Amino acid sequence: MLDKTRIERLEAEALNSAKTRQPLYAPRKKVFPKRASGSFRRFKWLVMAITLGIYYLTPWLRWDRGQFAPNQAVLLDLANRRFYFFLIEIWPQEFYYVAGLLVMAGIGLFLITSTVGRAWCGYTCPQTVWVDLFLVVERAIEGDRNARMKLDFGPWTTRKLVLRVSKHAFWLVIAVATGGAWIFYFADAPTLLREVVTGTAAPVAYVTISVLTATTYTFGGLMREQVCTYMCPWPRIQAAMLDENSLTVTYNDWRGEPRSRHAKKVQAAGQPVGDCVDCIACVAVCPMGIDIRDGQQLECITCALCIDACDGVMDKLGRERGLISYATLSDYNTNMAVATAGGTRPIHPTLVRTAGGTFSDGLAHFRIRKMFRLRTLIYVGAWSAVGLALLYSLLTRDRLEINVLHDRNPQFVTLSDGSIRNGYTVKLLNMIPEPRTIVVSLQGLEGAEMSIIGIDLPAGRSFTIPAEPDRLKILKVFVRLPADKVKDQVQTLKFRVEDKGTFESNEYKAGFNTPEAHR
Amino acid sequence: MSSEHIDEVSGISTTGHEWDGIRELNNPLPRWWVITFYVTIAWAIGYTIAYPAWPLLTSATRGVLGFSSRNDVKNELTAAEAAKAKYVAAIESRTVSEIAADDALREFAVAAGGAAFKVNCVQCHGSGAQGSKGFPNLNDDDWLWGGEAEQIQQSIKHGIRFAPDPDTRLSEMPAFGDIITADQIAQVSAYVASLSGLVQDAMLIQPGAQVFAENCAACHGENAKGNRELGAPDLTDAIWLYGPGETAIAAQIRAPKQGVMPAWIARLGETKVKELAVYVHSLGGGE
Repeated sequence: MLDKTRIERLEAEALNSAKTRQPLYAPRKKVFPKRASGSFRRFKWLVMAITLGIYYLTPWLRWDRGQFAPNQAVLLDLANRRFYFFLIEIWPQEFYYVAGLLVMAGIGLFLITSTVGRAWCGYTCPQTVWVDLFLVVERAIEGDRNARMKLDFGPWTTRKLVLRVSKHAFWLVIAVATGGAWIFYFADAPTLLREVVTGTAAPVAYVTISVLTATTYTFGGLMREQVCTYMCPWPRIQAAMLDENSLTVTYNDWRGEPRSRHAKKVQAAGQPVGDCVDCIACVAVCPMGIDIRDGQQLECITCALCIDACDGVMDKLGRERGLISYATLSDYNTNMAVATAGGTRPIHPTLVRTAGGTFSDGLAHFRIRKMFRLRTLIYVGAWSAVGLALLYSLLTRDRLEINVLHDRNPQFVTLSDGSIRNGYTVKLLNMIPEPRTIVVSLQGLEGAEMSIIGIDLPAGRSFTIPAEPDRLKILKVFVRLPADKVKDQVQTLKFRVEDKGTFESNEYKAGFNTPEAHR
Repeated sequence: MSSEHIDEVSGISTTGHEWDGIRELNNPLPRWWVITFYVTIAWAIGYTIAYPAWPLLTSATRGVLGFSSRNDVKNELTAAEAAKAKYVAAIESRTVSEIAADDALREFAVAAGGAAFKVNCVQCHGSGAQGSKGFPNLNDDDWLWGGEAEQIQQSIKHGIRFAPDPDTRLSEMPAFGDIITADQIAQVSAYVASLSGLVQDAMLIQPGAQVFAENCAACHGENAKGNRELGAPDLTDAIWLYGPGETAIAAQIRAPKQGVMPAWIARLGETKVKELAVYVHSLGGGE
């Protein structure tokens, strides 16, 4: 058995604890998060590796699309207005896929938040990930919490200068790499890298790198938790997303209180003692600098590092883990009702534990079924419906399209033999990166024949047009209808495009106007 | 000023003002806010030095960077002209048929000619070149003076019945009201209208054919198909510059209207005229 007195007592105070609570506009108090270790910390390392890996490496993945399209797996080709994502190529008019993904991201955020709380904030938000990365550098150079505090409060010495300069230099390197990685999504990565290094890239590339370097350095290195607390709207929105069944990082005061720094002495005096030994480990590791024991609060990004810190202490004490744990408000309320005998008396350890030291009936840190409830199922349904609709639309979308603009001025032209001519601008969209031969034909409007400007062939109802790979081809088409075939002032016809090789086809309905006298 | 007042709840001094019992806490601004504030001031001062800013009596300070939005426009226009130079040079050196046969050149000429058309030609020919009574429709395939690109170019360059230009296209239909009788005019009008199936009255048509052969065939041809050398219109087709029907035809025989188009070469220059010719030729009726 370890002695309780061997638990390290840390000096730390919550920035926003009730007795020192300040208005929002006050000088910042620096936060020196202590390194935590435990299962959540390990999970966060993993998430950090995955998210940073995706961000930095994605532009370097290659994907063979043949000679007529870039071979970068993910590329936002703004100059040619194309978005490439592995197998998928998106044209600007198909931007609704992106809109659909944003809708899915929105619903997904609702789902995640209503079930596991601010998991986005705590694990995957770029701000969280990069702050974590910057803290790794800070710890490696300046040491952990106590060393950093000593350094910060101490006078300027050569050592302090060297440490500070090297820390900021490392941060800047990370910031440049981060800003630099962004631009590779917009051009061929290897080519652009060569251009950037040799100073021949477009000015916009350098401007982008500079701006993102500045934001990364400022937000990740200098502002840190202030971004979450003061700049980000999500902490305000989350209040509407959470309900009593959403997981939040919770200090279980039903088993922690009354907290005591000198448990044995107090116990000996016959006073009740809870599990919390007031070691402040939870505050010391908090990157937001708050005290989770004050309850759920706006600043908490639910990174769960306080859980790791507290679990470590509980392990040393030989108590159950979970004094700080993920719990829902309803779990908490149920447990509190037991611990306070229905709210009739203060929290008392004898209500929480049996004589044998185990928890009383009706107490549990977490109840899984709360995650599956009507609200979350509706989110899952809506999210899947949008996803399936997008998938269906993606699998069945056209890669050969036709758009027709009917000339409006003049709407029709009477020719010398009395026949009527209408003009059309026909746009053929060959949306695959391969050249193909397309047959454009007239459907309906009996007797009509078309001719195409720039194609020296006699008028007919069908033309074979070579289409360049991944391009829009614009044809100026005249359709001529003999006088004796004119029936109504407005008749309809269809333009049809067909790839005889793949049998892909598409049609576009258009009007054919004739003068009033012909009616 | 009133003496310092400390807010009881927060323990922070207030600004000393009071509005209906409400006081404002005198909290310090966040440092980043203050820094940003000073940076904006420094920026503003730098900006007024770098760019034109301070108004003087008749002008303004020029700024050390020498920026001028007028120069920007001039540079952009120069750049645009330079970008077009390749095409303009090609258009200068080639004939209009050659331009029309080259896809890239034709596309450029149609765009440039279309723009010139909107400025110079729409007043008479209409914004879609559809014409109106007395002003020919340029979309159709009926051409008074010829519909080949070169012929169109000639018409634009020197105009129609435009006296100041010695090379202008010239023709004049006599006023037959002074030459033949009113009865003959009625007969020949009916005859001309019958050529495109508008009239079937044999009592008028037969003598009308006689009148036509004696007076009109010299210019319009024995078969009334017209003569482009003289700008004499085809009278057998469905297109009527001054309106279809016997009345309109009779009016035009009695006292013909003679449309005039100015010569554009002096005003627009050879290149623009070529572009316009290619544009008109591309409207669908070009030959």
